This record gives sequence, C-alpha cells and structure tokens, in this order.
Amino acid sequence: MATTKIFSSYPHSARRRRWLGMALSAVMLGAWSAHAVSRDPLPVVATFSILADMVKEVGGDRVHVTTIVGANADSHGFEPKPQDAKALLDAKVLVLNGLDFEPWLPRLSKAAGFDGVSVLASEGVKVRRMSGAHDHSGEKGHADHGHDHDHGHDHDHAHGEVDPHAWQDLANGMIYARNIAAGLAKADPRNASYYESRANSYIARMKALDNEVRAAIAAIPPERRRVISSHDAFGYFADAYGVEFIPISGLANQSEPSAQDVARIIKLARETGVSGVFIENMSNPVMAQQIARESGALMGGTLYADALGPADQPASTYLGMFSWNAGRLVYVLKQSLQ
Amino acid sequence: MIGLEVLYQPFVEFGFMRRALAGAAALAMAAGPLGVFLVLRRMSLMGDAMAHAILPGVAVGFLTAGMSVTAMTVGGMITGLAVALLAAAVARLTPQREDASFAAFYLVSLGVGVLLISLKGGNTELLHVLFGTVLGLDDAALILVSATSSVALLVLAVIFRPLVMECLDPLFLRSESRMGPVVHIAFLLLLVMTLVAGFQVLGTLMVVGIMMLPAAAARFWAGTAIGQMALAAFSGVFASYLGLLLSYYANVPASPAIILSAGIVYFLSVTFGTQGGLWQVARQARARRLRLSRISQRDF
Repeated sequence: MATTKIFSSYPHSARRRRWLGMALSAVMLGAWSAHAVSRDPLPVVATFSILADMVKEVGGDRVHVTTIVGANADSHGFEPKPQDAKALLDAKVLVLNGLDFEPWLPRLSKAAGFDGVSVLASEGVKVRRMSGAHDHSGEKGHADHGHDHDHGHDHDHAHGEVDPHAWQDLANGMIYARNIAAGLAKADPRNASYYESRANSYIARMKALDNEVRAAIAAIPPERRRVISSHDAFGYFADAYGVEFIPISGLANQSEPSAQDVARIIKLARETGVSGVFIENMSNPVMAQQIARESGALMGGTLYADALGPADQPASTYLGMFSWNAGRLVYVLKQSLQ
Repeated sequence: MIGLEVLYQPFVEFGFMRRALAGAAALAMAAGPLGVFLVLRRMSLMGDAMAHAILPGVAVGFLTAGMSVTAMTVGGMITGLAVALLAAAVARLTPQREDASFAAFYLVSLGVGVLLISLKGGNTELLHVLFGTVLGLDDAALILVSATSSVALLVLAVIFRPLVMECLDPLFLRSESRMGPVVHIAFLLLLVMTLVAGFQVLGTLMVVGIMMLPAAAARFWAGTAIGQMALAAFSGVFASYLGLLLSYYANVPASPAIILSAGIVYFLSVTFGTQGGLWQVARQARARRLRLSRISQRDF
C-alpha cells in the first residue's frame, strides 16, 4: 500500500515519460550491456548511512552503494547537491526509508529522472505514531517542530505524526533486510539467490544481537529504565525493548526548545528519577549537559539515531550502532542503580 | 498575592533560567552602549554586517575543532576583524564610502560562511551555534560573555571622550589629535569582540538585536550620550528578563523572545518617548497651534 503511494508521488506526464523513456533506454542499454559483459557491481543509491550499510551487507561485492546523506549528517534538514542527482541517474536501484524521513527525495528523484527500482525499506513495518503512549512533548504536537514536509506530494500518512526511525528496532531491521534483498533481486535477478542467502545470514546476526539486548535490559528493573534523549528518535527502541525515552526536542533536530520545554523536562527528570541524559551524534550537547547538571542525572554519552558514525568508530555499521546504543544505555542504567 | 511570585519563581527554581538571565544581561550591558555609538555614527546597519562577517571564522573553527567554544571564538574574531579592517582600509584609501565597502566585504564573508557550512552537509550542530543556545549556557560560555562585556565597558570608558568627538565632529578631532584612527580601530575591535561573545548567547543572527534595539529606544528618552548608554544597557537587561519570562510562560524559543521584547520596548519608546516620541511631537504641535491661534485672535 505504501509502495504505490510512494511511486504515485513521482508523476510523469505521458509526453515526459516518452522522452525520458527514449533517453533512459539508450542509457540503460549501454549500462546493461556493460553490466552483462564485465559483471560490474549493481549501482545502488541509498538515501542515508544506515540503509547504505544494510545494502552493503545484503549486496556484498555484487553491488556498489552510493550514500546521499552520509555519516553524522541529518536527513531531516538535508539539501541535495547536483552530484546526488547524478548518482541517482546512474543508479539501477534506489533504497529509501520512507515514512517522511526523506522529504527532499521526491524532488531530487524527479529532477534526476530516476527510473530504476525503488525499494521502500520500511514496507511492512508496523508504523508507530507520535501521539502514542511515549509522546512526552505535551499538547504542542509535532507538526511545528521544524520537520520539513514536502506538501507538494501526497503521502498516505498523517503529516508530522509518523515516526520514521523504524530501524531502531532490530525486528524492523530484519524487515528492511528482506525488502532490500527483494529489491536487489528484482533489479538483478541472476544474483537473487546470492542476495537472499546474504540477507538470511545478516538477519541471523540481527536476531542474535536482539536476544543479547533483551537479556541485558531485562536485568534492570522496569521502573528504572528511564532516560532523556536529544530528539524523539527512539520510539521504536522504547516500544521494543521497554526503555522509556524523554526527548528534549521533537522529531527533527532543528527546533529550539523554549524555556518551558526545558523546565518541564528538568521537573520530570527530578520527579521521576531519570538515570541518564544522552546526546545524539548530530545534536548540540550543551542543552543536554544543562539538563543533566540540573536534574542530577548522569551524562550518558552519545547515542546514534539517524546516522552512523564515521568509518573508524564502532557505530559505523547498523549492527555496530545498535550494540553501541544498547551498551551505552545498559551501562548508564546499571550505574544509576548503585 | 500570586502575581508577584510569577515574576521570579522560574529563576528561583531553575538554574538554567538564572544562567540565561546572567548571560543575556552581561551581553546587553556591553552591547547597548556600543549600539548607541553605532546609532550616533549613523552606522546602525554595520552591526548586522559585522555579525555576518564573523560567520566564516566560526564555521572554520567548527569544522576544524568541532563544538569548541575557543576555536569558534578565535575564528569569529579573526574574520570579523579582517572584514572590519579591510572595509575601513578601502574606505580610507579609495573614494568609496564606508557603508558600501562594508556591504561588499560582509557579503563576500557571508558567502564564504554559507559555503563552508554546506560542506559539512546540513549540520544541525552549527545551526544551533548560529541561532544560539541561551538556555544551554555552560560555565565557559558565561565566563566568556561576562569577561568580554567587562573588557568592552572598561575600554569604552577609556576611549569615551575621543569616541564621542569622532562621532559628532570628526574634523575637530582630527585637528586636535592623531587619535582618530586608533579610536576607530579600538571601537571596531570592541564591536567584533562583543558580537563574537554574543553569538554564544543569542546566536549570530539575533545578537545584533540586543545591540541596536535598546540603543535606538534609548535615543527617545535621554539627551546625552552617557544617558543613552546607561538607558540602553538597562533596557537591554530588562528585555532579556522579559524575553526569558515570555519563553517560560508562553512556550516560545528564548532568543527570538528576548529580541521581540527589546522590539516592544523600542516601539513603546517611539510612541511615548520624551525626546521626540510621537506622542510628545503631536502634543507639542497641538500646543503650538493653540498658541498661534490665541496670538492671532488677540491681534486681530
């Protein structure tokens, strides 16, 4: 259902399609013959670093992945550059998260004239809505948090209400891996079994990590699993693993919190006994430090929410990021128990 | 008796509110008086230009050293001063006036700054820096702001007489002493210093507001430069207090709230000011009309 809507958001007029078709068939014919002869890796574009890592895991050496929003960069406020359009034009497969995480993508993909296979990685994920039980930002709602939606295109979900950070639950990560494998197989049928077997071994590793994380968190009493995070990116993690996250700002990082917001969070932290305050790899630490100082909670360090860390850090892969986040959380929660 | 408590309760309960007030007040005390001189020199828009001029330096500091207050401060000082001095040099050595050369240099500087920021790809950390984090002031930022403001006020006191002379009658100063360029450069230095310290508090875009709005408002109440400076500093502090309360009770971001409070003070001053405010001008005009009509009735 989500797929059809995503595709319908790239309208082509008939004439435009004919022109594009002629141009693209020439391009693709050239690319296809080159691909068939020298077995060049399949060119894939992933919208952000976490998806790119998943595509690398599933595609192995038979794909070549280009990332649009790289490590430590924020997709919410991203502005595409001409080289992104070029990468998209050259690609056979586009892997996107969907759920309003890439508001800049419809415009970019239209501008680039992308005509390959689009893989909606989050297809089939149980979508979390922001108005759920873990929404602590009061009556303000999230539509005004600077989350820049592209209103020129129709989406099937309510604006500002859908939480796009589905990868923060390993069960969803498994769905992502399956969707990616299916998409790669569609674009490159001869390697379908290769992609499937790689996806299966990847999913097995996710399952192992999932069990590990659950076991570690189970050792902490449920009423003590409460932390503060910079922005509202851990809703899926909270639902899946039973840790409560109180976000300082809303879904996107850009919004500046008001004095009332900060005061409310500090009050909440003092009253309910928050264990730690975490910052994210793309957000400003000073606000979190201020709140930690005033509420007496520990500074928990960095969690990776919307982007991976650079290549030389443990959080440079999806699994590495997940085990880093869980490790930091469990460490801080345990420390505050003593 | 619930009324009065509302005015101080947030500051008693929350340390971040006290820090925000201290930081914004320290900044306002130096920024207001500096703004008065910009108004006197008819260079009210120069503060804006300078605030943009420090942008590339801050960006370079951020790109090389991350979220380091020192690196960003040093970077901002360097580019801010470079723009100020280059613009002043062009104005002195060529027929071009200072406003045009300032505009040219700050626009180039702005372009470089935006380019550098984009290199890092929509990084929100820097956005926070540019828009300030008045609610997140730590010890280092507070010390930086209050030290800068103290130095600025002290230096301003030392160069006060030649500076006023340079504003009001530059030819007289030139005939009396050769202090003119020295005073001019010292003033630019103070300006850049205060703006760089201020971006920690209100952000580079908003810091100009706490400099110019109180200064422009003070002109409607006080006749002397000293009076205007004192009043500008006081109304800047008052606007900071009012803005923080507004941010607390009305749930709006703090630094725009502070600038808007300063704006309200300005509009009230324009309307009700005793030195040429609209109300007073209207009353004087009416009084003059009455007097004239009385004279004409008596004579004819």
